[in-house]
This record gives sequence, C-alpha cells and structure tokens, in this order.
Amino acid sequence: MAEDSRSELLSLSAYELAKKIEAREVSATEAARTANARVEEVEGDVNSFVTTTPQLALERAERVDARMKNGGIKLWESVPIAVKDVLSTKGVRTTCGSNILYNFEPLYDASALLNYGEDMIVVGKANCDEFAMGSSTENSAYGPSRNPWDLDRVPGGSSGGSASAVAAGEGWWALGTDTGGSVRQPAALCGIVGLKPTYGRVSRYGLIAFASSLDQIGPMTRDVRDSALLLQAIAGHDPRDSTSANVAVPDYLAELEGGVSGLRVGVVKELMGEGVQPGTRETVESVVRGLEGAGAEVGEVSLPHSRYGLPAYYIIAPAEVSSNLARFDGVRYGLRVPAAGVHEMYRKTREEGFGDEAKRRIMLGTYALSSGYYDAYYAQAQKVRTKIIEDFRDAFSRYDVLVSPTSPTVAFEIGSKINDPLAMYLSDICAVPVNLAGIPSISVPGGLSEGLPVGVQLMSDHFTEPTLLRAARATEQVSDFKFTLKP
Amino acid sequence: MISEEEVRHVANLARLGLTDEEVEKMSGQLGDILDNIDQIGELNLEDVPPTANALNLTNVLRPDEPHAELSPETVLSTAPDAADDLFAVPRID
Repeated sequence: MAEDSRSELLSLSAYELAKKIEAREVSATEAARTANARVEEVEGDVNSFVTTTPQLALERAERVDARMKNGGIKLWESVPIAVKDVLSTKGVRTTCGSNILYNFEPLYDASALLNYGEDMIVVGKANCDEFAMGSSTENSAYGPSRNPWDLDRVPGGSSGGSASAVAAGEGWWALGTDTGGSVRQPAALCGIVGLKPTYGRVSRYGLIAFASSLDQIGPMTRDVRDSALLLQAIAGHDPRDSTSANVAVPDYLAELEGGVSGLRVGVVKELMGEGVQPGTRETVESVVRGLEGAGAEVGEVSLPHSRYGLPAYYIIAPAEVSSNLARFDGVRYGLRVPAAGVHEMYRKTREEGFGDEAKRRIMLGTYALSSGYYDAYYAQAQKVRTKIIEDFRDAFSRYDVLVSPTSPTVAFEIGSKINDPLAMYLSDICAVPVNLAGIPSISVPGGLSEGLPVGVQLMSDHFTEPTLLRAARATEQVSDFKFTLKP
Repeated sequence: MISEEEVRHVANLARLGLTDEEVEKMSGQLGDILDNIDQIGELNLEDVPPTANALNLTNVLRPDEPHAELSPETVLSTAPDAADDLFAVPRID
C-alpha cells in the first residue's frame, strides 16, 4: 500500500477505520501492517511498549479478515490495539513493568480481552509503572515512555505507554487500567480520551491485581465515540470475577449525540483551587462556559471530604498492594533468586525483583496493617471512603455530571518528580476520589496550556456511563482541541 | 520519621530484602508520606461505617460444580522449579 494511503488510514479514528474495513475498502491485515509500520517508525522515540507483537497482530488480522468473509465480526474486532502490560495475554510475555515478571507468559487471556474477541489484533504490550504504581511510567523496569507532544516530558502514568501509543498512532486505541487515575491522568497529559468505567463494569479477571477494590480496566482513545465503542467491546458480567457487576450493558453509542441541553453540570470547588496550574484552570473554565452555551445548567458543587481522598487512598491502595504482591515470591512464576533456605529466597527474589516504588508501597501497606496501627490507618481510611461516597451521593442528587481538571498540571519533565514520592502522588489528587467511590469518570482534552494538552475530568453516578459519554461528546465539541498524530 | 529498626521489622514482615541504603532512605520517605496521611486522623468518624467495596457487594456465591481446569503440567510450566507435579522450593527454614 502506498505511503499516502497509510497516512490517510492513520488519520482515522478507530470507529472510522472499523467502518472502512466493514465496507471492505481496506482489510484488517492492511490496518495491522500500517500499525506495525508506525510502531517501527516512532517506537525508538516514545518507548510505548515493553514487548511489540507485530507477527501476532498480522496473524490475528488475517483471521479477522477470514471471519469477515464467512459471516461477520463485531465492529471493533478489526481495529489494532495496544494492551497495557498488566493485562494477561495468553502465551505473550506480561511483565507488569516489573523485573519480577521478566519472563512470565500467562496461561490464559484476561476476560476483557476475550470479550473484545479471541482474535484481538494486539500490536504490543504497553509500558507502565511497575504493577501500575506511579504517575509517569518512570517506575517501569523497562525504561520510561516519552510524551509524544514533548519527548523530554512524561506521558503520565501508570498507563503511560498506552497513552503514548494512542497519541503516536501505534494502534488506533488502547486498554489501560485505572486504580487512582492511571487511565485518566496519562490520557490528559497525552491529549487523548481516557475512561474509567464504574467499578465492576469490566471484569478484572486476568488483570494482575494492584488494589483489588479500586482497579478497573478502561478505554484510551482518540475521541469520545471510540471510547464508547471500546467500552462496548469490553464491558459485561463475568462469573470469574466476583466483584464484576451483574448489570445489563446498554448501547453506549445510542445516546452519544444527545447533547447537554438541560443537563445539570456541577464544577467541583475543591478541585479548582490550590495546586492547580492557572492554564489548566482556565482551560476547564472555558470548556464549562462552552457547555453552558450548549444548554447545560451549570453550578458550583462542594465535595468537602475530597482533600482527604489522597491520604485515604495512600493507605487503602498500599494495604491491598502488600497483600496482592505477596504472591510474587519466586515459587510459581517469574524471577527466583536462589538461596539455601526458603525465607532467604523470598527476601532476595523480592529485593531484586521489585523496584523502588513497589517496595515503598509494600512497606507502607505492611506498616499500616501491622499490629497497633490498623485502627489509626486502615480502619480510619475505610471510613473516609464512606464520607467521600456520601459527598458524591449528595452532589449527584443535584447534578448529573461533575467537572474538574483531570490533573492539576500539564505533562512534567522526566526526572523532575521521581525523587519526591509525595510530589508525584499529588498528580492524582483530582482523580483518586472517583476510585474510592467506584463511580465512572472520563478525561477529555479541553485545549492546550504552554503548548501541552489539558484534560477535563467529568464524573457521574454508578452505571451512568451513557450520560457521562454524552456529556463528554459535547465537551469534545466545545473544546479547542483536535486530535493529530504526534510526534 | 520511621526508625530504621521499625523499617527493618516491617521489611521482615513483608519478606522484602532491603539494602542499608534503602533502609535509610525508606525511613525518611515513609515518615514524610505518613505525616501527610496523618491528616485523616483530624476527622471524627466514630459512628461512620467503613467501606470495603464501593458497590456494597457482599458474599457473591456460585454453585460448586466441577469443571475442566489447567493441567498440572501447564501450571508448572511457568514455575522456576518443579518436581513430581509440585512446585519445588529450597529447604523450609
């Protein structure tokens, strides 16, 4: 295929590409070749992947094309995708960005991937902070990913490789995971759309657990329509995940273009103030004025306990980490450092296998759960969680959708926060209350500040993704931003 | 600050080896993080129930029915060491 028709394909959204393939104007195989060529071209600059899988992508694409001839496929199945490296892919190395799983090839696929389709055209396993712990991908054992908008800056994290892949056109869309902003914050920093569904909307089976009560898989896409389509592909109840919700999956594209006339939109007071860069605040305010112009009823809303979200999160998430990461002990999979006795083998394997942030969180969680500290930390944090849920419940009795910045800042320089864990944690201050409450939330590019993308975060009540996506679609239309491939 | 002795105690609970340098660094960093977290203690939440699951799910059950699972050979294929259809480990000390 000629160079110019490849670049034309690369300029399409995932939805547009899928429609073109459905109309037999181009094959899934050609789409896979185009994605592979783009990976070849830019991967040296952006480092979006721990493992690239060009051969697998081609084989699967050929199967998709064959199945199209003999019947049909789901619309999304022909679209090449990047998959975060915490999602299990059968027979394809899955490292979680960690040295402790440097050689791990899962024995089964994550349910969300199987929902998408057995022939999912995976172009690669996307880089991320180790076990999804971080906000910059600098905690990956496989080197940081780079922001396609400015290669000296971070793409955000933890799903930073998924975000940089989408922004750079290494596949038309990606899956990330969001425990405390890990889909939305990198989406914001890379100028793409990132959706964290309601907790339980997407099965976590085969997602290698970080904090089980908070983790959720989410779409990372070029626009809001792609986000709706990718959510459609992965959502649904799964008997293998006891926390997955047995709630019917609606048609996420049906109400998408319904507009915001009469929609009640509340701007969260506490998330617009201290620590938020002026350019970020102005972009969010400008988008809110646009929504008002499109017919939304705009007001201000308070989430009085939101300032306690981050400290509560940094008890609950590490506590769950200390438990979930206990399984990496050199016995069943991954790295083993030999030693004479089993206890020394555990200690040495975990010392060599885990990076700084994973060690820090294991320590923090173990400390918080240890004898004498449980009530002051873990029990108190779980009660804070209840107060945050009550704040949201109160807000949603008066507003359909809440608005804030996704990240208080635009993309920061690689190396600027890596030695200051607290400063890094603050990057997710607007995002974590959402995870504690289990509600859905989406980041939509609202415009540029200092030449870098700013994300606008929208939030809505449990299982109201159709409303959230409709508001996000309108946000995209009033914002001063259009997706273009970088670098 | 968390004392270095306490850092070593917690690391032992977590079966996590740390170098002396890491112990020193961890003692300062964990202290800073916990100082920030301590603000949740300001809230009087005595009568507030805790939340473990945001959707308030409790005890999800399924019928206990046998079905095909991965074979022992398959499961052991990812293990660093195996013997007689079992995971092999160094001496239990």
